[in-house]
Amino acid sequence: MAKKVVVIGGGIAGMESSAYLAEMGYDVTLLEKENSLGGHLRNWERLFPTMRLGQEVLDFLKLGIETKVNVIRNANILKINRIDKRFQIELERGASFNADALLITTGYDLFDATKKEEYGYGIYDNVITSAELEKMFMEGKSILTPTGKIPKKIGLIHCVGSRDEKVGHVYCSKVCCVTAVKQAIELKEKLSAVEIYCFYMDMRMYGMHFESLYKEAQEKHAINFIRGRLSEACENQDQSILIKVEDTLAGRPLKLSVDLLVLMVGFIPSKGTKEIGKLMELEFGTNGFYKTKDQHTLTNVSNIPGVFFAGSCTGPKTITNTVTDARAAVTTVASYLEGYNLEIRTKAFFQ
Amino acid sequence: MKIEGKQALWKDYQKEIADDNYFYVRSCIRQSFFPGSETAFLNIMRQDLGKDVYEHPCHTTCTGIGYHSDIVPLETTMTVVARQFALMTEAGYKNYVPSCVTSFGLYTEILDIWHHFPETLAKTRENLKKATGREFQIPENLAHASDIIYKFRKEIAAKAKYKLINKSTNQPIKVVEHIGCHYSKMFPSKGVGGAEYPYVLVGMIEEWGGEVIDYPERRHCCGFGFRQYLVQANRGYSIACSHKKFESMQPFKPDLILTNCPGCPMFLDKWQYAIAEMEGKTYGENGQGIPVFTYEELAGLVLGYNPWDLGVQLHQVSCEPLLDKIGIPYDADKKYEGINGQKLGIPEMPLTLKCC
Repeated sequence: MAKKVVVIGGGIAGMESSAYLAEMGYDVTLLEKENSLGGHLRNWERLFPTMRLGQEVLDFLKLGIETKVNVIRNANILKINRIDKRFQIELERGASFNADALLITTGYDLFDATKKEEYGYGIYDNVITSAELEKMFMEGKSILTPTGKIPKKIGLIHCVGSRDEKVGHVYCSKVCCVTAVKQAIELKEKLSAVEIYCFYMDMRMYGMHFESLYKEAQEKHAINFIRGRLSEACENQDQSILIKVEDTLAGRPLKLSVDLLVLMVGFIPSKGTKEIGKLMELEFGTNGFYKTKDQHTLTNVSNIPGVFFAGSCTGPKTITNTVTDARAAVTTVASYLEGYNLEIRTKAFFQ
Repeated sequence: MKIEGKQALWKDYQKEIADDNYFYVRSCIRQSFFPGSETAFLNIMRQDLGKDVYEHPCHTTCTGIGYHSDIVPLETTMTVVARQFALMTEAGYKNYVPSCVTSFGLYTEILDIWHHFPETLAKTRENLKKATGREFQIPENLAHASDIIYKFRKEIAAKAKYKLINKSTNQPIKVVEHIGCHYSKMFPSKGVGGAEYPYVLVGMIEEWGGEVIDYPERRHCCGFGFRQYLVQANRGYSIACSHKKFESMQPFKPDLILTNCPGCPMFLDKWQYAIAEMEGKTYGENGQGIPVFTYEELAGLVLGYNPWDLGVQLHQVSCEPLLDKIGIPYDADKKYEGINGQKLGIPEMPLTLKCC
C-alpha cells in the first residue's frame, strides 16, 4: 500500500511537490484553504525575466496534479495529531486525513504597506502597491491613477517592508527589485510618454537574465533608477504625490511630484505559516519564517521528524527557486519515507 | 485622501491620559512668546472643567533647549528632570503635565532610558540625593498639556460659546495643524495619533467645528529646530523652513494655523512678518498673514474668553479677521490695555504685512 503524504498549501510549491510525489507513487492529498489553487501566482499577469504569462505557469502546475492528487479546497485545518510516526489531520468541517509525512507549503503574505505610515498607503488615493498595479495589468484596462488620470510621472519605491528594521523585517525579499524593473518596462510599453522613476537601496539583480532586464529598462525604455530611500510621501492639492528622497549617489535631497506612487511590497510569513507552525510547534527563525534544520544541508527539514518544508514558507523565493525547492523537498520526503537517515551526515559534520 | 485610512491609524495610537490631579510645569519660553496661553490652560482646567492642577514655585527649566543644543550633558539633564519629579512627589501628585513639547519629549526619552537601563536610573537617584537630598517617584502618567485639552475636547465643545464656523458662509473654518517635532516624532506611541498623522490637534479642531487641511509640508519643522535658530549663522535655515511651509499651505487657503509647541507659533507667526519685509509676500487674505494660535488660545476663544485676556493681541499676525469670521466679539479700543486698564501703547505697524 502506498505511503501517504499530505501537502498543506496549494500554491506553486504545494502543487509542484504534489505532482512529483504522486508521480513517484505516493498517495498525495493537497489541502488548500482557499477555493482556488495557485496562491499568489493567480494575481500576476506576466513573470520576470521572460514576460511569460503567469497563467501559463499556473496551467503547467495544474496539469501536474490533475489526475493523481487528491485536492481538497476550502480546507481549514483544526488539528494535527502525531501518533507514533504518523499524522492525523482534522479539518473544521469534519474530514480527516492520515499521513506518513507532511509537507508544509504555506507560502508568504505581502507586507501590509499601511505599516510604512510615512508612505501614505491607505491614506493618499494615488499610492498603490505593486500587487495592485499587477491587478491593473491583469484586468487589461487602460492604466489610470485611482483618481482617474493618465499618469505622466510614476514613482516605484523598492524595499517596502524589506531590509527595514523599523518594521521588523531586516531581510531582503529578493523579488521586488526585478519586479519593479518588470513593472516599469510594462508601464512604459503601455504608456509611452510616461516618466518612470525607480527608487532603490541596492539593485539586487542576482538571477540569470535579471541584469539584462535591468539594462534593457535603462537603455531601451529610459527608466530612471535613483539610489535613495523614500523618506515621506504627501498629497498635493491636485492629489498627485509629493515624494522626498535622498539621492545617495548625488548626495542631495530630492523632491518630486508623481501622479502615481507604486510601493514594491515585500514578503512576510503568511498567516497560514504562523497558524500551522503554532499548531504543530514548528520552530520559527528570527525573521518569522520556518526555521530549517540546517541552512546549507537540511533546507527542507523541520524540527519534527516527518514534517518538511517547501517554498517561501522558509523565506522569500522567486518562482524558479520555489519550483526547484519543491522538487528538492520531494526528494527529501521520499528519502525519509524510504528510510534514509536524512540527518546523519549533517550531524557528523556540523552538529 | 481617505479619512478612513487615518482613522485606522489613529486607533493604533491612543494613549492613557489621567483625568484629574495634574502636576503642571510651565515652559521656559511660552510666557514670553504667548503670555496668555498657560494662564488660559489653568483657567480652563480649574474653572471650566473643575480639575485639580498644581504648580510648584520651585520648578525650573528641564534643560531641553540646552540638551538639544548639545550644551547640557545628558547626566545633568537627567538629574534636573529627577528634581522636577521630586517636586511632584513631594507635592503628592502622580500625573505630570508639561506645557512644553520639548520638555514632554525629553521626559519621555528619559523615562524610556530609565526603563531600559535601570542602572542609569539608580545613578540618577544617587546624583539627585547627593546634590539636593531629594528622592522621587516616576510619574504614573505623563501627558503633554495638549493631550489634556484633547482629552476634554468634547467637554469644551459642550460648553463652547462659538464653533469654528465661518458665520458668513456657514462653512467650517479651515485649519492647518502643526505639531511640535518633539511631541511624537521620537516616540510615536506616546503621542495621540502617532508621529505621521498626529490626532491631538485634529481631534480638537473636528470637535469644535473646524475642517483640518492636510498639505504637503505638514510634517516639516516650523523653523525653530533649535540650532537652526539658536546659532545665529543658521537663521537662514530657520526662515527657509517656515517659508517652505507657508508656500505649501497657502494654496489651501487656511484660516488659521494651530500649534501645540512653544517655538512653532512663535516662528510661524513672526517669520510671516520677516518674509513680508524680505520678499514682499504675505500668505493670508488681503495682504494679511495667516493667524497662528496655541491650542489653549483656541480653546479659550471657543469657550468665550475675552481674546485680549488670552493674549492674542501680542501675535504678529492680526487675529481680528479670524475673530470676525467666527463672530467672536472684541473691543478694539482695549487691544493694547494692560490688566489694570493702563494703556500700553500701540506698536508700530509693519510696512508690508497688513495688521490691525
